[in-house]
Amino acid sequence: MATPAEDRDGWRDVGAYLKSAGFRFAALFAVLFLAATLGFALMLWWGTAGTLSRQLDDAIRADAIGLQEAWRGGGATAVKDAVGERLAVDIDDHAIYLLTTIAGNRLTGNLDRWPGAAESAGSWASDLVRRDGVAVPARVYHLPLDQNHRLLIGRDATDREKLRSLLSEALLWSFAVAVAFALAGAAALRRALADRLRAAAATAGAIAAGDLSRRVPLSAQHDEFDQLGESMNAMLDRIDQLMVGIKGVSDSIAHDLRTPIARARMRLENALLSAPDYESLRATIETTVADLDGISRVFQALLRIAEAEAGARRAAFAPFDLATVLTDAAEVYGALAEERDQQLETSWPQTLTMVGDRDMVLQAIANLLDNAVKFTPEGGTIHLSASAPVRGKREIIVCDEGPGLAAEDRARAGQRFFRADPSRALPGSGLGLSLVKAVAALHGGELRLGDGQAGAARPGLEARLVLISRA
Amino acid sequence: MQILLVEDDAEVARFVKKGLQEAGHIVENVANGRNGLFMAASEPFDLLILDRMLPGGVDGLRIVETLRSQGNKTPVLFLTALGAVDERVKGLKAGGDDYLVKPFAFAELLARIEALARRPAMEVRATKLTVADLEVDLLSRTVTRGSKRIEVQPREFRLLEHLMRHAGQVVTRTMLLEKVWDYHFDPQTNVIDVHVSRLRQKVDRGFDVPLIHTVRNAGYMIRAGA
Repeated sequence: MATPAEDRDGWRDVGAYLKSAGFRFAALFAVLFLAATLGFALMLWWGTAGTLSRQLDDAIRADAIGLQEAWRGGGATAVKDAVGERLAVDIDDHAIYLLTTIAGNRLTGNLDRWPGAAESAGSWASDLVRRDGVAVPARVYHLPLDQNHRLLIGRDATDREKLRSLLSEALLWSFAVAVAFALAGAAALRRALADRLRAAAATAGAIAAGDLSRRVPLSAQHDEFDQLGESMNAMLDRIDQLMVGIKGVSDSIAHDLRTPIARARMRLENALLSAPDYESLRATIETTVADLDGISRVFQALLRIAEAEAGARRAAFAPFDLATVLTDAAEVYGALAEERDQQLETSWPQTLTMVGDRDMVLQAIANLLDNAVKFTPEGGTIHLSASAPVRGKREIIVCDEGPGLAAEDRARAGQRFFRADPSRALPGSGLGLSLVKAVAALHGGELRLGDGQAGAARPGLEARLVLISRA
Repeated sequence: MQILLVEDDAEVARFVKKGLQEAGHIVENVANGRNGLFMAASEPFDLLILDRMLPGGVDGLRIVETLRSQGNKTPVLFLTALGAVDERVKGLKAGGDDYLVKPFAFAELLARIEALARRPAMEVRATKLTVADLEVDLLSRTVTRGSKRIEVQPREFRLLEHLMRHAGQVVTRTMLLEKVWDYHFDPQTNVIDVHVSRLRQKVDRGFDVPLIHTVRNAGYMIRAGA
């Protein structure tokens, strides 16, 4: 015996089953299939039994017209003769006639008595009629002749009835088979749907449980389910990337922000314990405030990188002229280069419109120029150029005359806080190129690093920032 | 100035209030959004400093939106930890006049407050700005000092114009970056200093009295006296 609780669970299961999309698709499929079968059966019926009935009625009607003519020509005697003639040539013995007076006197014909179903004048009836003492199915027509006479014209419908019953039987069976097929098909459809979705559901479940490495398995068919799976996988890759990014940020914070924080703390503690006078205490506090400002700038840069990487800023994309941004950047950093006796050579087309995040793009160009000015020796030359090599693509190249980057360092150059050995003595946080890379990714492009002049003693660095403008 | 400070962090509020009072302002401090809105709507203030995230169910954005919808045009400065560019845009769209992200230097806050307070007067269309013997003609876009004509590049002109509009006030490096270059970015190095020193070369060299002054730990100021 099931307890009430189990019963409730059972009903809930049934309810859930009925509500499932699989069941609904399957039910729709079954209903359509049965409707098609029914339509087919109706057509078949109309085409066979229906045609036969119509032929029978046509023959009776034609006969009635002939006999009416005969009645008009010679009254009851002529009709009697005509009926006699017709019965004589009716080899199949299908014709049925009965000429009676209204009072019920049988004048001629091959029926024992007038069938009850055709009492009213002009009526059609399908009924059993008695012929030579045997009941046979027939189709009859009551043709009223005058106040005194009436004529029954009919045809033996045994063949038609046989066909009808044969057909009904066959259709009934085939309908039963159709129902069985519909149910089996619906169940198979439901199962197939559930099977195809199960993999995706299992993957989503595993991911919700924390296993981000899982992906939806794809079949070779490349059907709708695979497309769904592919977009799910693309989504998961993106999430994975973001998670890695977040992990990168927290690792970076743990490793590289602790150092300056520790330094600031040490400085304060040292001043607290052993500052000789008010003035030196004040000086220490001032330096430490500057240190803290530096830390919060690093923080800001990290958050900006994270913002760019998350792609959240894509909502703020707007059209702007890259040429103007480049001009502004060149103006801001040109002054800096001039201070160091460096030349800043620029070249780009008059206008370079694109859709993107203007502030972020400027920040990326600023970071590249800042690096270039920092690493190029005094009196050197920095090249800043931009072009639109193909439609929708914008390429910004910053080329310096600095020490360049060793090939093995290039891959790591975009990592947060990475600083190549020669640059460690220079000021900087090691976040500049990370941000450039993130801005490139935000705009669907990339950052490529290469030698400015391959083979030279100071090869310089060529930074090629590719942005895709989705106009 | 009468300033309303709506800030829930007691330490920050104390620090800001003390600093502003030392600078000669009268500061009213409220720690929750609902009271902040009530105060701002019922009493005349010259300036509001609002935190974005506030207890009391009414945040800084709501306060500004409500005040603006009532036709209240008191200048508003957001002082908040929400530093993302989108957040800044949201704050300014809601009706804020300036946006400063925590952590901040007090000098920066003070400079921005004074710039905001001065702003309405600046909206009057001046055609000439003068500080001592330095004159900037906004129509012909020429700069003269004494009888000498000074050639400046367009950006230097805007830099000078901005300093002149805020003559006697501290203008910080970030303010210059935002107002003169119209970008929100971190220039990594002292680029603004380089540009100001170039301008100073042109404006002050050869004259006895320097006009462009560096304010330690804050920014720059153009003023007549020493």
